[in-house]
Amino acid sequence: MASSSHEMDKHLKVYYIVFGCLAVLTVLTVSVAYLHLPIVAAVAVALLIACVKGSLVASFFMHLISERRLIFVILGLCLFLFLMLLLVPSLTFFEPHYSTFVNGVSGR
Amino acid sequence: MSTVAIPYDIEPHPITGMYNGKFGLWLFLASEVMLFGALFSTYILLRVGAPAGTWPHHGSEILDVPKGTINTLVLIASSVSMVLAWASLKMNNFAKGRVFLLVTFLLAGVFLVIKATEYYAKFTHYQIDVKTPVLLHGEKVTRITGHLHEQTDEHVVITPDAVKGQEHPAEMEIERDNIVRLTNFGPQHSTYMATYFTLTGLHGLHIVGGMVVILFLLLTGPSMWSKNPAKLTNRVECTGLYWHFVDLVWIFLFPVFYLL
Amino acid sequence: MSHDHGHDLPFWRKYIFSVDHKVIGIQYAVTALLFLFLGFSLISIMRYQLAYPGRDIPVIGKLLGEPIVGKTPTGYVLTGDGYNAFGAMHGTIMIFLGVVPLAVGGFGNFVLPLQIGAPDMAFPRLNMASYWAYFSGGVVMLTSFFVPGGAANSGWTSYPPLSDIATTGQTMWLFGMVLLITSSLLGSVNFIVTTVQMRAKGLSFFRLPFFVWAQLVTSFLLLLAFPPLEAAGVLQLMDRLAGTSFFLPSGLVVSGQVQNQLSGGGSPLLWQHLFWFLAHPEVYVLILPALGIVAEVIANNTRKPLWGYKSLVYSTIFLGFMSFLVWAHHMFMTGMGQTLSTFFQATTMIISVPSVIILTCLVISLWGASIRFTVPMLFALAFLPMFAIGGLTGLPLGLTTSDIQLHDTYYVIGHFHYVVAPGTLFALFAGVYYWFPKATGRKMNDFLGKLHFWPSFIFINGVFMPMFFIGMAGVLRRQFDQTEQLHGAAVQGLTVMVSWSAWMLIISQFPFIINFFWSIFRGEKVEANPWQATTLEWSAPSPPPHGNFATPPVVACGPYEYSIPGKEKDFCPQNVALEA
Repeated sequence: MASSSHEMDKHLKVYYIVFGCLAVLTVLTVSVAYLHLPIVAAVAVALLIACVKGSLVASFFMHLISERRLIFVILGLCLFLFLMLLLVPSLTFFEPHYSTFVNGVSGR
Repeated sequence: MSTVAIPYDIEPHPITGMYNGKFGLWLFLASEVMLFGALFSTYILLRVGAPAGTWPHHGSEILDVPKGTINTLVLIASSVSMVLAWASLKMNNFAKGRVFLLVTFLLAGVFLVIKATEYYAKFTHYQIDVKTPVLLHGEKVTRITGHLHEQTDEHVVITPDAVKGQEHPAEMEIERDNIVRLTNFGPQHSTYMATYFTLTGLHGLHIVGGMVVILFLLLTGPSMWSKNPAKLTNRVECTGLYWHFVDLVWIFLFPVFYLL
Repeated sequence: MSHDHGHDLPFWRKYIFSVDHKVIGIQYAVTALLFLFLGFSLISIMRYQLAYPGRDIPVIGKLLGEPIVGKTPTGYVLTGDGYNAFGAMHGTIMIFLGVVPLAVGGFGNFVLPLQIGAPDMAFPRLNMASYWAYFSGGVVMLTSFFVPGGAANSGWTSYPPLSDIATTGQTMWLFGMVLLITSSLLGSVNFIVTTVQMRAKGLSFFRLPFFVWAQLVTSFLLLLAFPPLEAAGVLQLMDRLAGTSFFLPSGLVVSGQVQNQLSGGGSPLLWQHLFWFLAHPEVYVLILPALGIVAEVIANNTRKPLWGYKSLVYSTIFLGFMSFLVWAHHMFMTGMGQTLSTFFQATTMIISVPSVIILTCLVISLWGASIRFTVPMLFALAFLPMFAIGGLTGLPLGLTTSDIQLHDTYYVIGHFHYVVAPGTLFALFAGVYYWFPKATGRKMNDFLGKLHFWPSFIFINGVFMPMFFIGMAGVLRRQFDQTEQLHGAAVQGLTVMVSWSAWMLIISQFPFIINFFWSIFRGEKVEANPWQATTLEWSAPSPPPHGNFATPPVVACGPYEYSIPGKEKDFCPQNVALEA
């Protein structure tokens, strides 16, 4: 049940390196926030850094990088539905003639 | 007889490459992605549709960025200790595994304590909207934020927040008759605070749940390790998957609320 | 392989807190059937008010109590609040406490492990937990009738702002839903892991009975679609208990009072998006297991393989996927804008294609068949045209222009009930009659079965067919008294016909209830395979013991090897190990 300790040492090294990267990226994302970029750029950069951090956690801590295809298909489906759920409802507000009574009397 | 022998309980299945528990936990995590997705969708919809002036322009206006940053690093560290716990068990080192599990548990506790101080700060910070404007910082305003000193049936006494570059203002007394709305910065304050508390609150509940499971593993671990070490290692791995996911949610939560 | 430890479990661990999928399946099924009867009873009372507005409820009016009934000089009349509570709970009970637990929790749990040759589900204790979560949710829902203000009364759809300010029953509805959703999530994880990882040797995916495919896709729908409703439920609880305004717009006025203490800024549409994100896939959860059951019964009673097995499978997978992309067709009238409406109209039209393919395959399966008109087959055959009517009547609703006229009218009620009532429920009855011998070792009585089928078939059409016309006349749903409007009064005759058909329909269920309980004790005893069926569950004893199969089945052929040329018998069981 115990794999060779040499193999495990490599794994351990990876964990520490990933930890270092995550810490650096955290500091980076906070620093960028102080630049007060325009909203679109700010969102893009923040989400990009978050996605990189998330991928590191998923790939190495959750060992996704060494898993088989089926789980990727399921997670891919999940990601697609997640994006639909995330983005479609707000599209309500981008219709030119949509009346904004929904959120407030005064509107946007 | 109570249970039958279930195939692929411990050894991996050829198609998925996973034992049952691991596959099951990934499926559960997929459902959790949809749960938090719905809440992030709520955030987007409410922010995009918010009436003017009801949402802050930048999270740092309302939330404590240094505390949030520390919490992020604490949670990431707990993810590392969690995976090291599993790795130790995989290498047959039960004692080390237990230590790492304990470290994870304690780091999670630190996260919750810091969160609690943030919540407390919000519940003790107040906002008053008045009908007749009052004088504050040299201007006539209809909204005052600060800390309450006294509340009676006739009036409230508030120490307004200090503003950069100006001296600390004195206490103000405001008549109840003049108050349109009096609220602290709890969830009812605005859709921004509502979303903040709901998302971080649900995330916090997930941390508590994870801590309960880790505690269970700490307490029952020794006896399971002696009977079925592979099963315990798998359980720790599955707990780890859940824990990393909770960390992953925070990795997105933190910039969305604190930095944007 | 099963372990016998040489001693029996105590009664409470064998039958109450059991981890055996068969016991759990029966627990789900019996509980769900009771809830179905309760849900039907609620609407039967409402139908009296609808047929005879303002008249005292006969016999049971006295028993219902305030606020459901109000006292009149002569008796007790159903109040508006009572009507609303019964209406909201009828929908909730039928969908979440009745049909899904029976179709998925009952049939899925009992049949699926047997059909794939497994000894049990992958997570037996989780399975038990999912039943008790369902049971607890049911208790919470039932208790809500007895709290001040009564049960939830904002529709099963719980739209805010109304649901945000409704009485305590709504809070209980939300907590009940959290328990029910938890039950579904635990169950769906179990089903997927079991189906992928625990199939018998030789049972590849394309040798699976179609019933298993239907349950597998259903489980993915439950897994991924329910969490947004759970999130929405949390948000509504926050609105109701923590004073938030997730769904309350600014400037809200309740009973003449401006709500200054609330922050406002919320969106009622937000609830609708999150709710329907679940509730649309939910309707496919209602129909897919039924299609699975009908397929099994048709293959068995036509003595032929199903026509177009691969088309069935691929259509089901595509249907499941598309079901996530059509939800806002329930929201065409909310003013959400043309681009969104057009998108959802398009996806809704697309999703009708796989449904039609599936129905067509099932119908073509009858061609050239030597049909055995057993009781399960009667229900399965009736399902086909009933589901077709339900599906076709959905088309004008999915097209935005015609939906303007039909939205929120009785036409909608007719449409969805055709799919669920003479559709799914008939399929579920077919399943009960079909698998009852496997579960109990006895067959249900044929005469009582036919006495159940024929009146049910006639009266169920009497209930729902007129609704299309009532709806097209402009009568809106959820109305307490349609005669208050001229166009409602004009079709009141049809409404009375609907009510009488409903009461005759509920009476027609008694042969089934009697048959069900009587046959447990006195039904004709049968062996393992009374229907001469091919799928794996029929190679286990009736009822199967703990662990299901003495030796694990081995599979070397497809699931519907009926009428193979050159073979002696007209069927070949999938379990090769049986071939002596």
